[in-house]
Amino acid sequence: MTVNAATAGADSSKAFKAPKAARASRGPKPFKASKAQGLGLWALHSFIGLYALVVSYPLFLMVITAFKTTREIFFAPFALPSKWSLANFAVVWQRAEFPVYMKNSLLVTGTSVTLIACIASLAAYALARYRFRGNAALYVYFLAGLMVPIRLGVLPLFLLMRDLGLLDTHYSLVLTYVASGMPMSVFILTGFFRALPQELEFAARIDGCTEFQVFYRVMLPLVRPALATVMLINFVPLWNDFFFPLIFLRSDSLKTIPLGMTVFFGQYETDWGVVFAGMLLASVPLLVLYLLMSQQFIKGLTAGAVKG
Amino acid sequence: MLQRLFRRRTQWLFLAPALIVYTVFMVYPLLSSFGYSFFEWDGYIRKGFAGLANYQKVLFERPYSERLVGALKHNVVFFTLTFTIQTTLGLFLAVMLNRGGRFLRACQVAYFAPYTLSLVVVGFLWLLLLNPTWGQVNKILAAAGLGRFARPWLGDMATALPAIILVNAWRWLGFPITVYLAGLKGIPEELHEAARVDGATPWQVFRNVTLPLLAPTIGMVSVLTFIYDFNAFELIFVMQGSNGSPFYATDVLGTFFYRTAFGDSTTGGEVGQVGLGSAIAVLMFLLVCAASVIGVSLMRRQEVEM
Repeated sequence: MTVNAATAGADSSKAFKAPKAARASRGPKPFKASKAQGLGLWALHSFIGLYALVVSYPLFLMVITAFKTTREIFFAPFALPSKWSLANFAVVWQRAEFPVYMKNSLLVTGTSVTLIACIASLAAYALARYRFRGNAALYVYFLAGLMVPIRLGVLPLFLLMRDLGLLDTHYSLVLTYVASGMPMSVFILTGFFRALPQELEFAARIDGCTEFQVFYRVMLPLVRPALATVMLINFVPLWNDFFFPLIFLRSDSLKTIPLGMTVFFGQYETDWGVVFAGMLLASVPLLVLYLLMSQQFIKGLTAGAVKG
Repeated sequence: MLQRLFRRRTQWLFLAPALIVYTVFMVYPLLSSFGYSFFEWDGYIRKGFAGLANYQKVLFERPYSERLVGALKHNVVFFTLTFTIQTTLGLFLAVMLNRGGRFLRACQVAYFAPYTLSLVVVGFLWLLLLNPTWGQVNKILAAAGLGRFARPWLGDMATALPAIILVNAWRWLGFPITVYLAGLKGIPEELHEAARVDGATPWQVFRNVTLPLLAPTIGMVSVLTFIYDFNAFELIFVMQGSNGSPFYATDVLGTFFYRTAFGDSTTGGEVGQVGLGSAIAVLMFLLVCAASVIGVSLMRRQEVEM
């Protein structure tokens, strides 16, 4: 199913090229070229551009405000900073626990995403390539988690973590994240593993590979793009997650960026320049990544919705 | 022989880690919410069987019932308004973006960008932009000669919830637009061409060709939006506190659940009530499941039609 959707996408983009070429360029179709309609098209484009400006403007304000002094923020809120000062960032980086939060976020998100990729690809491979009783039922069992947000089980999860002695540790977060990442990741990877030709597997076995080597050396490299998608889909929401750190963590030294932001905001509430600098620093890793590879982001993050 | 036996078992070795983690840390907690809701709890310690007492309390006893109804109402408003925005403005923008071209692709990148921000950052950013004295929103209104419309958006009972919903829409809208766009790309251009050759106006093409073919995608996105909106929590917690100020005007099921389950620090450290919290979680679970069932049946129909 997944693969069908993926190939269908490729087909349609091919199908799209032909008529586009016939039209010579994008824009009005031949019989739409009358003056009134050209004007209409211009109006539509300006509306679309205007909305893009409206959406981007708050982000733009966040960026310029982070470089301003407090006085400038209050008395010239829309002007560019008279001097692009890094003072606010220095405060964020040196006085607040910001580097600690950043390190925690990297550690928790990195570990979780890596574990998800490893565990989910193993399970997806088994579901896609082995015939055994209960296979279909297990697949449905994993998929059942797609529609139910894990946070509805947060109370029992909280008590479970307490009983395991994992409250106020990063383990509680990683375990929760890995579990919640399973349905979507298994779903996507199973689809890709199913599409691989069986001859490869046979050839590898004849060459004397063990079952694990067949998986690791032959099949896994072939689903690398899907693996990248899975890591991306999990990375963004986990990096941004606020809910589970809020419930599980108490120690300031363990907090991740979103939770740390609330501590930080409480401390510097009146010092807007510093707060904006903090918000910018917290968002910059993902924003830069997004601007560099926006097409992969857009495709990856909506993949689940389109396919599932 | 031994090797063959091993080979027959390999799949379980491959499956074990995922199966264990998923079962212990997702399925078990989700299901045990049901169990927990039928017990009496003292703090985080389980006491005797309580039957439906927790549900009775949440559904019929003040102040819980009042809060539940209020929160549910706000969730419905939250979803309805978000749904309306994304199926009018969002769909319109998606259809326009579908023409392709560099300018339109750049616009799409802009639409989607806020979706990569953490809800905490979004909340704080807009808290400052909507600040009654210094916030840029009121200053823009003043500059545009609309100063009399300036108000403390988040402090006013009438505007607080709509303001939050619009902030959420600002971050969210790129998602439905992008999914619609993917759906639109899946519709063969020949169908549109054929309708045009038959003399259909652009509106007729949209109404009779595009819309019916896109309906399953729209349905799917709506279900996802429903699930997402009925779990809304972070924005309200960050911007309005755990009791949805002003005076519960922005309280939703997410914040109501959080206060009940983990204690309300804002009103003098009331301790968490596991039984009541679980009952609320189960009610939310049932709502989400109802939506999922609709979503799955929509998907099925899509498979049949395609």
